[in-house]
Amino acid sequence: MLSDWTLWLEWFIKALVVIFALLTGFAYLTWYERRALARIQSRIGPNRAGPFGLLQPIADAVKLIFKEELTPGRADRIIFFWAPVITLVPSIIIAAVIPWGTSFTAFGRNITLYLADINVGVLYLMSIASIAVYGIVLAGWSSNNKYAMLGGLRSSAQMISYELALGLSFVTAIILANSMSLLEIVKEQEKVWFVVIQPVGAVIFWIATLAEVNRAPFDMPEAEQELTAGYHSEYSGMKFALFFMAEYQKMIVICAIAATLYFGGFREFWFLKNTIFSVDYSWTLGSWHITNWFLGPLYLLLKVVLLLFGMIWVRATWPRIRYDRLMSFGWKVMLPLSLAITFITATGIVFADQFQSQLFFWAIPFVSILVGLFTVVMIYRELRRKAYERA
Amino acid sequence: MSVLDPVVELARGLWTTLKMMVEKPVTYQYPEQKREVRPRFRGRHVLKRYDNGLEKCIGCSLCAAACPADAIFVEAAENTDERRFSPGERYASTYEINMLRCIYCGYCEDACPTEAIVLGDNYELSFFDRRSAIYDKAMLLEPVQTPEMLTPQKVEPGKYNRRSVPEMKDPQD
Repeated sequence: MLSDWTLWLEWFIKALVVIFALLTGFAYLTWYERRALARIQSRIGPNRAGPFGLLQPIADAVKLIFKEELTPGRADRIIFFWAPVITLVPSIIIAAVIPWGTSFTAFGRNITLYLADINVGVLYLMSIASIAVYGIVLAGWSSNNKYAMLGGLRSSAQMISYELALGLSFVTAIILANSMSLLEIVKEQEKVWFVVIQPVGAVIFWIATLAEVNRAPFDMPEAEQELTAGYHSEYSGMKFALFFMAEYQKMIVICAIAATLYFGGFREFWFLKNTIFSVDYSWTLGSWHITNWFLGPLYLLLKVVLLLFGMIWVRATWPRIRYDRLMSFGWKVMLPLSLAITFITATGIVFADQFQSQLFFWAIPFVSILVGLFTVVMIYRELRRKAYERA
Repeated sequence: MSVLDPVVELARGLWTTLKMMVEKPVTYQYPEQKREVRPRFRGRHVLKRYDNGLEKCIGCSLCAAACPADAIFVEAAENTDERRFSPGERYASTYEINMLRCIYCGYCEDACPTEAIVLGDNYELSFFDRRSAIYDKAMLLEPVQTPEMLTPQKVEPGKYNRRSVPEMKDPQD
Protein backbone atom coordinates (compact mmCIF):
# COMPACT_ATOMS: atom_id res chain seq x y z
CA MET A 1 0.00 0.00 0.00
CA LEU A 2 2.79 2.42 0.86
CA SER A 3 4.42 1.79 -2.48
CA ASP A 4 1.37 3.32 -4.17
CA TRP A 5 2.72 6.71 -5.22
CA THR A 6 -0.75 8.11 -5.87
CA LEU A 7 -1.57 7.63 -2.20
CA TRP A 8 1.53 9.58 -1.25
CA LEU A 9 0.51 12.28 -3.70
CA GLU A 10 -2.98 12.38 -2.19
CA TRP A 11 -1.59 12.72 1.32
CA PHE A 12 0.83 15.39 0.19
CA ILE A 13 -1.88 17.44 -1.49
CA LYS A 14 -4.18 17.12 1.50
CA ALA A 15 -1.39 18.15 3.86
CA LEU A 16 -0.71 21.18 1.67
CA VAL A 17 -4.40 22.06 1.74
CA VAL A 18 -4.48 21.83 5.55
CA ILE A 19 -1.36 23.97 5.95
CA PHE A 20 -2.62 26.50 3.43
CA ALA A 21 -5.99 26.66 5.19
CA LEU A 22 -4.30 27.23 8.53
CA LEU A 23 -1.98 29.94 7.20
CA THR A 24 -4.79 31.81 5.45
CA GLY A 25 -6.98 31.21 8.44
CA PHE A 26 -4.34 32.75 10.68
CA ALA A 27 -4.03 35.80 8.47
CA TYR A 28 -7.75 36.38 8.30
CA LEU A 29 -8.32 35.53 11.94
CA THR A 30 -6.21 38.56 12.86
CA TRP A 31 -8.38 40.65 10.56
CA TYR A 32 -11.57 39.08 11.95
CA GLU A 33 -10.50 39.63 15.52
CA ARG A 34 -9.53 43.25 14.94
CA ARG A 35 -12.79 44.00 13.15
CA ALA A 36 -14.95 42.23 15.73
CA LEU A 37 -13.14 43.83 18.67
CA ALA A 38 -13.46 47.21 16.99
CA ARG A 39 -17.19 46.81 16.50
CA ILE A 40 -17.63 45.84 20.13
CA GLN A 41 -15.68 48.95 21.12
CA SER A 42 -17.74 51.25 18.82
CA ARG A 43 -14.90 51.54 16.33
CA ILE A 44 -14.57 50.39 12.73
CA GLY A 45 -11.24 48.60 12.72
CA PRO A 46 -8.85 48.15 9.80
CA ASN A 47 -10.69 49.29 6.67
CA ARG A 48 -8.02 51.01 4.60
CA ALA A 49 -6.08 48.22 2.88
CA GLY A 50 -8.43 46.85 0.26
CA PRO A 51 -12.22 46.54 0.56
CA PHE A 52 -13.21 46.24 4.24
CA GLY A 53 -9.48 46.14 5.06
CA LEU A 54 -9.23 42.64 3.64
CA LEU A 55 -5.66 43.21 2.47
CA GLN A 56 -4.57 44.27 5.96
CA PRO A 57 -3.05 40.83 6.83
CA ILE A 58 -0.84 41.07 3.72
CA ALA A 59 0.31 44.55 4.69
CA ASP A 60 1.07 43.28 8.20
CA ALA A 61 3.02 40.33 6.83
CA VAL A 62 5.11 42.57 4.57
CA LYS A 63 5.82 44.88 7.48
CA LEU A 64 6.89 42.00 9.74
CA ILE A 65 9.11 40.43 7.10
CA PHE A 66 11.05 43.65 6.58
CA LYS A 67 11.38 44.46 10.26
CA GLU A 68 14.78 44.31 11.88
CA GLU A 69 15.36 41.20 13.97
CA LEU A 70 17.16 41.65 17.23
CA THR A 71 18.75 39.03 19.41
CA PRO A 72 19.44 40.04 23.01
CA GLY A 73 23.10 40.22 23.94
CA ARG A 74 23.47 37.25 26.21
CA ALA A 75 20.61 35.19 24.88
CA ASP A 76 21.05 31.50 24.17
CA ARG A 77 21.20 31.95 20.42
CA ILE A 78 20.43 28.39 19.32
CA ILE A 79 17.39 27.96 21.54
CA PHE A 80 16.34 31.54 20.88
CA PHE A 81 16.28 30.73 17.19
CA TRP A 82 14.48 27.40 17.47
CA ALA A 83 11.87 28.29 20.10
CA PRO A 84 9.43 29.93 17.64
CA VAL A 85 9.74 26.92 15.36
CA ILE A 86 9.06 24.53 18.23
CA THR A 87 5.97 26.57 19.04
CA LEU A 88 4.72 26.77 15.48
CA VAL A 89 5.12 23.17 14.32
CA PRO A 90 2.74 21.53 16.85
CA SER A 91 0.08 24.12 16.10
CA ILE A 92 0.14 23.02 12.46
CA ILE A 93 0.51 19.25 12.79
CA ILE A 94 -2.27 19.06 15.37
CA ALA A 95 -4.71 19.71 12.52
CA ALA A 96 -3.80 16.45 10.82
CA VAL A 97 -6.37 14.29 12.62
CA ILE A 98 -9.31 16.70 12.46
CA PRO A 99 -11.84 15.45 9.91
CA TRP A 100 -13.24 18.19 7.70
CA GLY A 101 -15.60 16.26 5.49
CA THR A 102 -16.80 12.92 4.21
CA SER A 103 -15.34 11.72 0.93
CA PHE A 104 -15.76 12.09 -2.80
CA THR A 105 -14.76 10.18 -5.89
CA ALA A 106 -12.27 11.65 -8.30
CA PHE A 107 -9.76 10.13 -10.75
CA GLY A 108 -11.30 6.74 -10.08
CA ARG A 109 -10.47 6.71 -6.41
CA ASN A 110 -12.26 7.52 -3.20
CA ILE A 111 -10.72 10.61 -1.67
CA THR A 112 -11.47 11.18 1.98
CA LEU A 113 -11.62 14.72 3.33
CA TYR A 114 -9.31 14.19 6.27
CA LEU A 115 -5.60 13.67 6.52
CA ALA A 116 -5.46 10.79 8.97
CA ASP A 117 -8.09 8.82 10.80
CA ILE A 118 -5.97 7.26 13.52
CA ASN A 119 -7.83 5.26 16.13
CA VAL A 120 -6.24 7.22 18.99
CA GLY A 121 -6.91 10.61 17.40
CA VAL A 122 -7.90 12.27 20.66
CA LEU A 123 -4.73 11.06 22.34
CA TYR A 124 -2.73 12.56 19.48
CA LEU A 125 -4.49 15.88 19.97
CA MET A 126 -3.73 15.86 23.69
CA SER A 127 -0.06 15.04 23.28
CA ILE A 128 0.59 17.57 20.52
CA ALA A 129 -1.32 20.28 22.39
CA SER A 130 0.97 19.71 25.39
CA ILE A 131 4.14 19.88 23.32
CA ALA A 132 3.36 23.44 22.29
CA VAL A 133 4.25 24.72 25.76
CA TYR A 134 7.89 23.71 25.27
CA GLY A 135 8.44 26.39 22.67
CA ILE A 136 7.00 29.03 24.97
CA VAL A 137 9.07 27.97 27.98
CA LEU A 138 12.24 27.74 25.90
CA ALA A 139 11.57 31.14 24.35
CA GLY A 140 11.10 32.67 27.77
CA TRP A 141 14.22 31.02 29.14
CA SER A 142 16.56 31.73 26.23
CA SER A 143 15.65 35.42 25.99
CA ASN A 144 17.80 36.35 29.00
CA ASN A 145 15.02 38.60 30.24
CA LYS A 146 13.25 38.23 33.54
CA TYR A 147 9.85 39.18 32.15
CA ALA A 148 10.14 36.67 29.35
CA MET A 149 11.26 34.06 31.87
CA LEU A 150 8.29 34.74 34.13
CA GLY A 151 5.95 34.62 31.14
CA GLY A 152 7.30 31.24 30.13
CA LEU A 153 7.02 29.87 33.66
CA ARG A 154 3.47 31.13 34.04
CA SER A 155 2.56 29.59 30.75
CA SER A 156 3.87 26.16 31.72
CA ALA A 157 2.22 26.22 35.14
CA GLN A 158 -1.08 27.34 33.65
CA MET A 159 -1.03 24.77 30.88
CA ILE A 160 -0.32 21.91 33.28
CA SER A 161 -3.14 23.04 35.56
CA TYR A 162 -5.74 23.30 32.85
CA GLU A 163 -4.56 20.30 30.86
CA LEU A 164 -6.21 18.05 33.46
CA ALA A 165 -9.64 19.59 33.06
CA LEU A 166 -9.15 19.66 29.29
CA GLY A 167 -8.16 16.00 29.24
CA LEU A 168 -11.16 15.01 31.33
CA SER A 169 -13.53 16.87 29.05
CA PHE A 170 -11.92 14.99 26.16
CA VAL A 171 -12.60 11.81 28.11
CA THR A 172 -16.27 12.75 28.42
CA ALA A 173 -16.56 12.97 24.65
CA ILE A 174 -14.65 9.71 24.27
CA ILE A 175 -17.01 7.92 26.65
CA LEU A 176 -20.05 9.28 24.84
CA ALA A 177 -18.71 8.21 21.44
CA ASN A 178 -17.17 4.99 22.69
CA SER A 179 -14.18 5.69 20.46
CA MET A 180 -11.01 7.78 20.35
CA SER A 181 -11.18 8.26 16.63
CA LEU A 182 -12.40 11.73 15.77
CA LEU A 183 -14.26 10.39 12.75
CA GLU A 184 -16.18 8.03 15.00
CA ILE A 185 -16.92 10.86 17.41
CA VAL A 186 -18.38 12.92 14.58
CA LYS A 187 -20.38 9.95 13.31
CA GLU A 188 -21.76 9.36 16.78
CA GLN A 189 -23.05 12.93 16.87
CA GLU A 190 -25.28 12.48 13.82
CA LYS A 191 -28.21 11.84 16.15
CA VAL A 192 -27.56 14.47 18.77
CA TRP A 193 -24.63 16.77 19.47
CA PHE A 194 -22.58 16.01 22.55
CA VAL A 195 -23.08 19.56 23.76
CA VAL A 196 -26.71 18.63 24.37
CA ILE A 197 -25.85 15.48 26.29
CA GLN A 198 -22.97 17.01 28.22
CA PRO A 199 -23.33 20.82 28.28
CA VAL A 200 -21.19 21.24 31.38
CA GLY A 201 -18.43 19.22 29.74
CA ALA A 202 -18.55 21.57 26.77
CA VAL A 203 -18.28 24.60 29.06
CA ILE A 204 -15.31 23.07 30.89
CA PHE A 205 -13.71 22.28 27.55
CA TRP A 206 -14.24 25.85 26.44
CA ILE A 207 -12.73 27.38 29.58
CA ALA A 208 -9.80 24.97 29.51
CA THR A 209 -9.08 25.71 25.85
CA LEU A 210 -9.06 29.44 26.58
CA ALA A 211 -6.38 28.74 29.16
CA GLU A 212 -4.60 26.33 26.86
CA VAL A 213 -4.18 28.82 24.02
CA ASN A 214 -3.38 31.69 26.43
CA ARG A 215 -6.37 33.77 25.47
CA ALA A 216 -8.09 36.37 27.61
CA PRO A 217 -9.17 36.09 30.40
CA PHE A 218 -6.32 33.59 30.92
CA ASP A 219 -3.60 35.45 29.00
CA MET A 220 -1.32 35.61 32.00
CA PRO A 221 1.85 34.58 30.12
CA GLU A 222 1.64 37.79 28.11
CA ALA A 223 0.03 40.12 30.62
CA GLU A 224 1.16 43.47 29.28
CA GLN A 225 0.87 45.38 32.52
CA GLU A 226 3.04 42.98 34.47
CA LEU A 227 5.34 41.29 31.97
CA THR A 228 5.46 43.66 28.96
CA ALA A 229 4.75 40.93 26.41
CA GLY A 230 5.73 37.82 28.39
CA TYR A 231 7.69 35.11 26.64
CA HIS A 232 7.95 36.98 23.33
CA SER A 233 9.16 40.29 24.79
CA GLU A 234 12.53 39.95 23.11
CA TYR A 235 11.30 38.68 19.79
CA SER A 236 10.87 40.91 16.77
CA GLY A 237 10.24 40.63 13.06
CA MET A 238 9.47 37.23 11.64
CA LYS A 239 10.39 35.39 14.84
CA PHE A 240 7.66 37.29 16.62
CA ALA A 241 5.36 36.60 13.69
CA LEU A 242 5.92 32.87 14.19
CA PHE A 243 4.73 33.09 17.80
CA PHE A 244 1.79 35.16 16.69
CA MET A 245 1.02 32.65 13.97
CA ALA A 246 1.27 29.72 16.37
CA GLU A 247 -1.09 31.38 18.82
CA TYR A 248 -3.74 32.11 16.23
CA GLN A 249 -3.42 28.75 14.52
CA LYS A 250 -3.85 27.11 17.90
CA MET A 251 -7.04 29.15 18.31
CA ILE A 252 -8.37 27.93 14.97
CA VAL A 253 -7.39 24.33 15.61
CA ILE A 254 -8.78 24.26 19.12
CA CYS A 255 -12.06 25.69 17.85
CA ALA A 256 -12.12 23.00 15.18
CA ILE A 257 -11.53 20.41 17.92
CA ALA A 258 -14.31 21.90 20.01
CA ALA A 259 -16.61 21.76 16.98
CA THR A 260 -15.61 18.14 16.36
CA LEU A 261 -15.98 16.94 19.94
CA TYR A 262 -19.10 18.77 21.01
CA PHE A 263 -20.77 20.48 18.07
CA GLY A 264 -21.10 17.73 15.50
CA GLY A 265 -17.90 18.39 13.54
CA PHE A 266 -18.39 18.69 9.80
CA ARG A 267 -21.98 17.39 10.01
CA GLU A 268 -24.84 19.68 9.16
CA PHE A 269 -26.85 21.43 11.86
CA TRP A 270 -29.53 19.24 13.42
CA PHE A 271 -32.40 21.13 11.80
CA LEU A 272 -30.91 20.57 8.34
CA LYS A 273 -30.91 16.80 8.67
CA ASN A 274 -32.43 14.90 5.71
CA THR A 275 -32.72 18.11 3.69
CA ILE A 276 -30.86 19.19 0.56
CA PHE A 277 -28.28 20.83 2.86
CA SER A 278 -27.29 17.55 4.48
CA VAL A 279 -23.71 16.33 3.97
CA ASP A 280 -25.05 12.92 2.90
CA TYR A 281 -27.58 14.23 0.38
CA SER A 282 -26.88 13.12 -3.14
CA TRP A 283 -28.48 14.25 -6.36
CA THR A 284 -28.10 13.70 -10.08
CA LEU A 285 -27.58 16.37 -12.69
CA GLY A 286 -27.72 14.78 -16.14
CA SER A 287 -25.00 12.15 -16.09
CA TRP A 288 -23.41 13.63 -12.95
CA HIS A 289 -24.00 12.01 -9.63
CA ILE A 290 -23.06 14.36 -6.84
CA THR A 291 -22.97 14.02 -3.10
CA ASN A 292 -22.93 17.12 -0.93
CA TRP A 293 -19.39 16.32 0.26
CA PHE A 294 -18.30 19.93 -0.23
CA LEU A 295 -20.69 21.06 2.50
CA GLY A 296 -18.61 19.30 5.18
CA PRO A 297 -15.70 21.79 5.18
CA LEU A 298 -18.18 24.66 4.94
CA TYR A 299 -20.11 23.55 8.01
CA LEU A 300 -16.88 23.04 9.93
CA LEU A 301 -15.70 26.50 8.86
CA LEU A 302 -18.99 28.04 9.94
CA LYS A 303 -18.79 26.39 13.35
CA VAL A 304 -15.15 27.41 13.77
CA VAL A 305 -15.96 31.01 12.87
CA LEU A 306 -18.79 31.08 15.40
CA LEU A 307 -16.61 29.57 18.13
CA LEU A 308 -13.82 32.01 17.31
CA PHE A 309 -16.28 34.83 17.69
CA GLY A 310 -16.96 33.44 21.16
CA MET A 311 -13.24 33.71 21.96
CA ILE A 312 -13.05 37.28 20.67
CA TRP A 313 -16.23 38.22 22.49
CA VAL A 314 -14.87 36.85 25.77
CA ARG A 315 -11.64 38.76 25.21
CA ALA A 316 -13.55 41.97 24.66
CA THR A 317 -15.61 41.50 27.81
CA TRP A 318 -13.82 39.92 30.73
CA PRO A 319 -10.74 41.28 32.45
CA ARG A 320 -7.71 39.12 33.13
CA ILE A 321 -7.88 36.85 36.18
CA ARG A 322 -5.32 37.33 38.91
CA TYR A 323 -2.69 34.60 38.80
CA ASP A 324 -3.38 32.94 42.16
CA ARG A 325 -7.10 32.91 41.39
CA LEU A 326 -6.40 31.40 38.00
CA MET A 327 -4.50 28.61 39.70
CA SER A 328 -7.07 28.01 42.43
CA PHE A 329 -9.85 28.08 39.82
CA GLY A 330 -8.03 25.48 37.79
CA TRP A 331 -7.28 23.15 40.67
CA LYS A 332 -10.19 23.72 43.04
CA VAL A 333 -13.06 24.20 40.60
CA MET A 334 -12.24 22.93 37.13
CA LEU A 335 -10.56 19.67 38.12
CA PRO A 336 -13.19 18.41 40.63
CA LEU A 337 -16.03 19.52 38.38
CA SER A 338 -14.59 17.77 35.33
CA LEU A 339 -13.98 14.62 37.42
CA ALA A 340 -17.61 14.71 38.54
CA ILE A 341 -18.77 15.21 34.96
CA THR A 342 -16.72 12.28 33.72
CA PHE A 343 -18.11 10.15 36.52
CA ILE A 344 -21.70 11.12 35.77
CA THR A 345 -21.30 10.48 32.05
CA ALA A 346 -19.67 7.10 32.55
CA THR A 347 -22.26 6.04 35.14
CA GLY A 348 -25.14 7.15 32.94
CA ILE A 349 -23.83 5.19 29.97
CA VAL A 350 -23.19 2.07 32.03
CA PHE A 351 -26.59 2.20 33.68
CA ALA A 352 -28.36 2.81 30.39
CA ASP A 353 -26.61 -0.29 29.07
CA GLN A 354 -27.29 -2.36 32.15
CA PHE A 355 -30.97 -1.63 32.55
CA GLN A 356 -31.71 -1.17 28.84
CA SER A 357 -33.26 2.22 29.56
CA GLN A 358 -32.67 5.51 27.78
CA LEU A 359 -33.83 7.24 30.95
CA PHE A 360 -30.38 6.94 32.50
CA PHE A 361 -28.77 8.26 29.34
CA TRP A 362 -30.98 11.35 29.31
CA ALA A 363 -30.38 11.86 33.01
CA ILE A 364 -26.76 12.77 32.17
CA PRO A 365 -27.40 16.38 31.06
CA PHE A 366 -29.73 17.12 33.96
CA VAL A 367 -27.46 15.69 36.63
CA SER A 368 -24.47 17.45 35.05
CA ILE A 369 -26.26 20.78 35.07
CA LEU A 370 -27.25 20.24 38.69
CA VAL A 371 -23.62 19.58 39.59
CA GLY A 372 -22.61 22.67 37.61
CA LEU A 373 -25.13 24.78 39.54
CA PHE A 374 -23.86 23.30 42.78
CA THR A 375 -20.35 24.40 41.79
CA VAL A 376 -21.60 27.92 41.09
CA VAL A 377 -23.24 28.00 44.51
CA MET A 378 -20.02 26.87 46.13
CA ILE A 379 -18.08 29.59 44.29
CA TYR A 380 -20.64 32.12 45.49
CA ARG A 381 -20.22 30.96 49.10
CA GLU A 382 -16.45 31.19 48.79
CA LEU A 383 -16.70 34.72 47.39
CA ARG A 384 -19.07 35.71 50.19
CA ARG A 385 -16.72 34.28 52.79
CA LYS A 386 -13.79 36.21 51.33
CA ALA A 387 -15.80 39.42 51.23
CA TYR A 388 -16.80 38.85 54.86
CA GLU A 389 -13.19 38.29 55.91
CA ARG A 390 -12.10 41.45 54.14
CA ALA A 391 -14.79 43.55 55.86
CA MET B 1 -27.55 39.24 45.51
CA SER B 2 -28.44 35.74 44.52
CA VAL B 3 -26.45 32.52 44.58
CA LEU B 4 -26.22 32.49 40.80
CA ASP B 5 -24.44 35.84 40.75
CA PRO B 6 -21.04 34.45 39.68
CA VAL B 7 -22.61 33.34 36.40
CA VAL B 8 -25.25 36.03 36.00
CA GLU B 9 -22.72 38.84 36.32
CA LEU B 10 -20.46 37.27 33.70
CA ALA B 11 -23.41 36.87 31.37
CA ARG B 12 -24.46 40.47 31.91
CA GLY B 13 -21.00 41.59 30.88
CA LEU B 14 -21.21 39.52 27.73
CA TRP B 15 -24.65 40.93 26.93
CA THR B 16 -23.38 44.48 27.36
CA THR B 17 -20.55 44.01 24.89
CA LEU B 18 -22.81 42.21 22.44
CA LYS B 19 -25.25 45.12 22.53
CA MET B 20 -22.39 47.46 21.63
CA MET B 21 -21.85 45.55 18.39
CA VAL B 22 -25.05 46.89 16.85
CA GLU B 23 -24.32 50.46 17.80
CA LYS B 24 -23.01 52.94 15.27
CA PRO B 25 -19.21 53.34 15.40
CA VAL B 26 -18.06 56.73 16.59
CA THR B 27 -15.04 56.74 14.29
CA TYR B 28 -14.29 59.72 12.03
CA GLN B 29 -12.82 58.54 8.74
CA TYR B 30 -10.11 61.11 9.27
CA PRO B 31 -8.45 62.27 6.07
CA GLU B 32 -11.75 62.31 4.17
CA GLN B 33 -14.05 63.24 7.01
CA LYS B 34 -12.70 65.88 9.35
CA ARG B 35 -13.99 66.75 12.73
CA GLU B 36 -15.09 70.33 13.46
CA VAL B 37 -12.73 71.89 15.96
CA ARG B 38 -14.03 73.65 19.05
CA PRO B 39 -14.42 77.47 18.97
CA ARG B 40 -11.45 78.01 21.27
CA PHE B 41 -9.26 75.35 19.67
CA ARG B 42 -5.60 76.36 19.46
CA GLY B 43 -4.16 75.29 16.13
CA ARG B 44 -1.66 76.89 13.78
CA HIS B 45 -1.26 80.66 14.14
CA VAL B 46 -2.79 83.10 11.67
CA LEU B 47 -1.79 86.75 11.31
CA LYS B 48 -5.03 88.69 10.84
CA ARG B 49 -5.79 91.68 8.62
CA TYR B 50 -8.25 94.55 8.88
CA ASP B 51 -11.14 94.73 6.43
CA ASN B 52 -9.18 97.03 4.14
CA GLY B 53 -6.33 94.53 3.97
CA LEU B 54 -3.86 96.26 6.27
CA GLU B 55 -2.10 93.94 8.70
CA LYS B 56 -3.13 94.06 12.31
CA CYS B 57 0.41 93.28 13.48
CA ILE B 58 2.36 96.37 14.49
CA GLY B 59 5.64 94.58 15.17
CA CYS B 60 5.67 95.28 18.92
CA SER B 61 7.28 91.90 19.81
CA LEU B 62 5.04 91.42 22.84
CA CYS B 63 4.12 87.96 21.57
CA ALA B 64 7.80 87.06 21.39
CA ALA B 65 8.23 88.30 24.93
CA ALA B 66 5.22 86.33 26.16
CA CYS B 67 6.24 83.12 24.42
CA PRO B 68 7.37 80.60 27.04
CA ALA B 69 9.01 78.39 24.42
CA ASP B 70 10.83 81.27 22.72
CA ALA B 71 9.36 80.18 19.42
CA ILE B 72 8.56 83.61 17.95
CA PHE B 73 10.95 86.00 16.30
CA VAL B 74 9.77 89.47 15.27
CA GLU B 75 11.64 92.31 13.59
CA ALA B 76 9.90 95.62 13.12
CA ALA B 77 10.32 98.33 10.48
CA GLU B 78 8.81 101.81 9.93
CA ASN B 79 5.65 102.26 7.84
CA THR B 80 5.56 105.01 5.27
CA ASP B 81 2.55 106.27 3.33
CA GLU B 82 4.18 104.98 0.14
CA ARG B 83 4.62 101.50 1.55
CA ARG B 84 2.08 100.94 4.29
CA PHE B 85 1.65 97.50 5.88
CA SER B 86 -0.24 98.31 9.07
CA PRO B 87 -2.19 101.32 10.28
CA GLY B 88 0.29 102.08 13.07
CA GLU B 89 3.74 103.55 13.09
CA ARG B 90 5.56 100.27 12.56
CA TYR B 91 4.97 96.82 11.11
CA ALA B 92 6.61 93.40 11.36
CA SER B 93 9.15 93.14 8.59
CA THR B 94 10.06 89.64 9.79
CA TYR B 95 7.68 87.39 11.62
CA GLU B 96 8.75 83.79 12.20
CA ILE B 97 7.34 81.05 14.39
CA ASN B 98 9.22 77.83 14.91
CA MET B 99 6.42 75.27 14.91
CA LEU B 100 8.64 72.63 16.50
CA ARG B 101 9.21 74.85 19.53
CA CYS B 102 5.67 76.17 19.82
CA ILE B 103 3.61 74.52 22.54
CA TYR B 104 0.31 76.06 21.41
CA CYS B 105 -0.33 77.70 24.77
CA GLY B 106 -1.94 80.77 23.26
CA TYR B 107 0.01 83.30 25.34
CA CYS B 108 0.97 85.19 22.17
CA GLU B 109 -2.73 85.58 21.42
CA ASP B 110 -3.26 87.00 24.93
CA ALA B 111 -0.29 89.32 24.74
CA CYS B 112 -1.12 90.81 21.37
CA PRO B 113 -2.42 94.39 21.76
CA THR B 114 -4.10 94.42 18.32
CA GLU B 115 -5.48 90.86 18.12
CA ALA B 116 -3.18 90.33 15.18
CA ILE B 117 -2.02 86.83 16.03
CA VAL B 118 -4.72 84.24 16.53
CA LEU B 119 -4.39 80.49 16.99
CA GLY B 120 -6.48 79.06 14.15
CA ASP B 121 -8.12 75.76 13.30
CA ASN B 122 -5.36 74.03 11.37
CA TYR B 123 -3.81 71.12 13.27
CA GLU B 124 -2.34 69.28 10.27
CA LEU B 125 1.28 70.39 10.56
CA SER B 126 4.04 68.16 9.30
CA PHE B 127 7.55 68.80 8.05
CA PHE B 128 10.28 66.85 6.37
CA ASP B 129 13.10 68.84 8.03
CA ARG B 130 13.63 71.31 10.83
CA ARG B 131 14.17 74.23 8.47
CA SER B 132 10.67 73.93 7.02
CA ALA B 133 9.17 73.91 10.51
CA ILE B 134 9.89 77.65 10.72
CA TYR B 135 6.85 79.44 9.36
CA ASP B 136 7.58 82.91 8.04
CA LYS B 137 5.26 85.88 7.70
CA ALA B 138 4.07 84.98 4.20
CA MET B 139 2.89 81.59 5.41
CA LEU B 140 1.22 82.93 8.54
CA LEU B 141 -0.53 85.95 7.04
CA GLU B 142 -4.22 85.67 6.28
CA PRO B 143 -4.92 85.55 2.51
CA VAL B 144 -6.70 88.51 0.88
CA GLN B 145 -9.85 88.53 -1.23
CA THR B 146 -8.86 91.15 -3.80
CA PRO B 147 -5.41 92.10 -5.15
CA GLU B 148 -5.72 95.75 -4.05
CA MET B 149 -5.94 94.59 -0.44
CA LEU B 150 -2.39 93.24 -0.65
CA THR B 151 0.20 94.92 1.53
CA PRO B 152 2.22 97.11 1.18
CA GLN B 153 -0.46 99.59 0.11
CA LYS B 154 0.02 103.11 -1.18
CA VAL B 155 -2.25 105.38 0.87
CA GLU B 156 -2.99 109.11 0.79
CA PRO B 157 -0.63 110.93 3.13
CA GLY B 158 -1.94 111.73 6.60
CA LYS B 159 -4.78 109.21 6.54
CA TYR B 160 -2.94 107.02 9.04
CA ASN B 161 -0.90 108.38 11.92
CA ARG B 162 0.58 106.85 15.06
CA ARG B 163 -2.87 106.94 16.72
CA SER B 164 -4.79 105.26 13.91
CA VAL B 165 -4.74 101.69 15.25
CA PRO B 166 -8.42 100.93 16.04
CA GLU B 167 -9.39 100.30 19.61
CA MET B 168 -9.76 96.66 20.61
CA LYS B 169 -13.13 95.24 21.55
CA ASP B 170 -13.57 92.60 24.22
CA PRO B 171 -12.82 89.16 22.81
CA GLN B 172 -16.00 87.26 21.89
CA ASP B 173 -15.21 83.63 22.70
